[in-house]
Amino acid sequence: MARARKNGVGGQKANSLADKDRWLKYYRSMLLIRRFEERAGQLYGMGLIGGFCHLYIGQEAIAVGMESVKRAGDQIITGYRDHGHMLAAGMDPKEVMAELTGRAGGSSHGKGGSMHMFSVPNGFFGGHGIVGAQVSLGTGLALANSYRNDGAVSYTYFGDGAANQGQVYESFNMAELWSLPVVYVIENNQYAMGTSVERSSAETHLYRRGLSFNIPGEEVDGMDVDAVAEAGARAAEHARTKGPYILEMKTYRYRGHSMSDPAKYRPQGELEEVRKTRDPIDHLKAKLEGVGLKEEELKAIDAEVRQIVLDAAEYARTSPEPDPSELYTDVYLEAAAR
Amino acid sequence: MSVEILMPALSPTMEEGNLAKWHIKPGDKVESGQVIAEIETDKATMEVEAVDEGIVSEILVPEGSEGVKVNTPIARLGTGAANGKAPSATPEPAAAKASEPAALKAEVAAPVAKAPAKDPEIPAGTRLVKVTVRDALRDAMAEEMRRDSDVFLMGEEVAQYQGAYKVSRDLLQEFGERRVIDTPITEHGFTGLGVGAAMAGLKPIVEFMTWNFAMQAMDQLINSAAKTLYMSGGQIRCSIVFRGPNGAAARVAAQHSQDYSAWYANVPGLKVIAPYDAADAKGLLKAAIRDPNPIIFLEHELLYGQEFDVPEIEDWIVPIGKAKVRREGTSLTITAHSRMVGLALKAAEELAADGIEAEVIDLRTLRPLDHGTIVESVKKTNRLVTVEEGWGPMGVGAEVAARVVEHAFDYLDAPPLRVCQEDVPMPYAANLEAISLPSVEKIVKAAKAVCYR
Repeated sequence: MARARKNGVGGQKANSLADKDRWLKYYRSMLLIRRFEERAGQLYGMGLIGGFCHLYIGQEAIAVGMESVKRAGDQIITGYRDHGHMLAAGMDPKEVMAELTGRAGGSSHGKGGSMHMFSVPNGFFGGHGIVGAQVSLGTGLALANSYRNDGAVSYTYFGDGAANQGQVYESFNMAELWSLPVVYVIENNQYAMGTSVERSSAETHLYRRGLSFNIPGEEVDGMDVDAVAEAGARAAEHARTKGPYILEMKTYRYRGHSMSDPAKYRPQGELEEVRKTRDPIDHLKAKLEGVGLKEEELKAIDAEVRQIVLDAAEYARTSPEPDPSELYTDVYLEAAAR
Repeated sequence: MSVEILMPALSPTMEEGNLAKWHIKPGDKVESGQVIAEIETDKATMEVEAVDEGIVSEILVPEGSEGVKVNTPIARLGTGAANGKAPSATPEPAAAKASEPAALKAEVAAPVAKAPAKDPEIPAGTRLVKVTVRDALRDAMAEEMRRDSDVFLMGEEVAQYQGAYKVSRDLLQEFGERRVIDTPITEHGFTGLGVGAAMAGLKPIVEFMTWNFAMQAMDQLINSAAKTLYMSGGQIRCSIVFRGPNGAAARVAAQHSQDYSAWYANVPGLKVIAPYDAADAKGLLKAAIRDPNPIIFLEHELLYGQEFDVPEIEDWIVPIGKAKVRREGTSLTITAHSRMVGLALKAAEELAADGIEAEVIDLRTLRPLDHGTIVESVKKTNRLVTVEEGWGPMGVGAEVAARVVEHAFDYLDAPPLRVCQEDVPMPYAANLEAISLPSVEKIVKAAKAVCYR
């Protein structure tokens, strides 16, 4: 069980152009997620977004780092804290935001909402609302890849809370038994709603949870996008050639579990400490500055991202509600002519 | 330009709150994500983070203010010119409208089901072959697996053991272990795997050793299989057949002996099929495997060994959603499905000896229910008895009776009666088990009652 090496700022060759380009891409993607989520929180506060809304702020490095190892044909599936994965996978922020507001222009035409969006062209298979269900489903995507022998990998995300669900272990068992190409990405943000990992888990090192199924795992600094990408590449290679692999991403969610959770169960100062010392975007920004990136270049990215998010919010506000005739569509598919 | 910061809602139901504390003052520079204030309700306190960047130009609601309505401007921010369009600002009237349920604004009629397709004509001279229900099901799977390489079978004991009830006999030998997959005893997990594989475009057949064990997998059946097409706006299909024996078995007591017809038939997004004879078992299972939707296919252990005529026709397909009149009559209508059809037919014979001509309708598909055939029959007979093996309350018979009352109320000459399992868990003792289940005798009694005889 190797631990991922930490990629400190000083550990990189400062003049590597490849690093700089890669980091800029990560930076833009992570910033898009953060600004998008902040805006979603605002629209929620204005009553434009209803129901449950789980923000990804703080965890951006995971979806973005893992996306860098995804190949065409690979699939991603996750739970309900899913906006970050959708944006990282390349879904249109307008469609995602309009789904949050329940409008016709939303990715599911307003019938899914925050927790239920999908995009087959981007390999994104949801967006699932029941804790742990996506783990069996994601293992099923891997079963399909294995059946077709097409070399594709299923990246199946779940949180520290889902890690205690029974079907996760049923899935682990079959995944290893049948050598399925699946990478289990555990986003350990340390709190399952209000219950900390220590209070809910007998074994708190979640990367070890595959041991009794002979599935290797490793702990990764989920606040460091480079560490995520490196571990992701190792895991993907293992999944393609040998079978399942577990990555436990140590991360932190800045906001409450959902919009109605003030997150007062966390010790005073914990959030501030993480924000100050481990923020994934600040961390990457420091690296970019370390390779000589100018303030104006970062500002330009900030402005571009801000505009994308503003446009998305505008679209989500102005897109009409679904036509009442949509009520009865997509319940069944018509059987094909025989 | 300036932007108003609005009083946010902590929860969907919050209407007002207290502005407990400001962390900013006029002239402060604010960045996205920065905590600017704390608000509280009787339930919670929450930090407010800035969404926009800029310089605080004015605090509109001082700290300590109570009962501040959601969406009230609480501060004003001067922003740079970097942003082209005005951000956020005040909620538009459209926002208020958006929260009204659409259903209140417009009545939406459920689409009227198309007239179900008819059974295929059996050409004169077609040979009828005696086949057990067990083998008919096996033949259906084998034919569809030959036809479509995306179809595969998974479940407990389906491969090497040849099926707990031998329904998958010889399939491993023909199709190999890639397409006939023995799973561990792990219903919740393997159902999820099957649904995931279907979402990826394959066409799994998932066998439950019995439907009793599928309760472990209920979440995947309902929340994942039935609903994802809808929740994805039509993007994610789930072409999958869940099949296995359902209903009363012999002397296995309450946990292993239960009819789930009504449970699944309650759920939009699923199609639910419960055949009686071998021809329907084969034709409907083939139709189910080809159907692009999730299908609940309810077989019956006590029918597996029974032989029926099956037409020797290439590609025998029976349409989903079409009931079948098994016996014509004028005195009353009896509806039944699965094993109960056999009991209803026997009852009809006994009734005929007393001069009562029962029309027996085999429902075959429970969702979508072919109520047209039932209603037409009741318009002719004016009387209805429903038969099902499951419990009566909220059951299949209750639904059939409701539809008849809705569509043929004026034709009824007697209140409909339901014959069903007694309202108790299935007992083990042979005598108690027998009296808890529907019987020919109970059906005859109900039929006579609706005929006032």
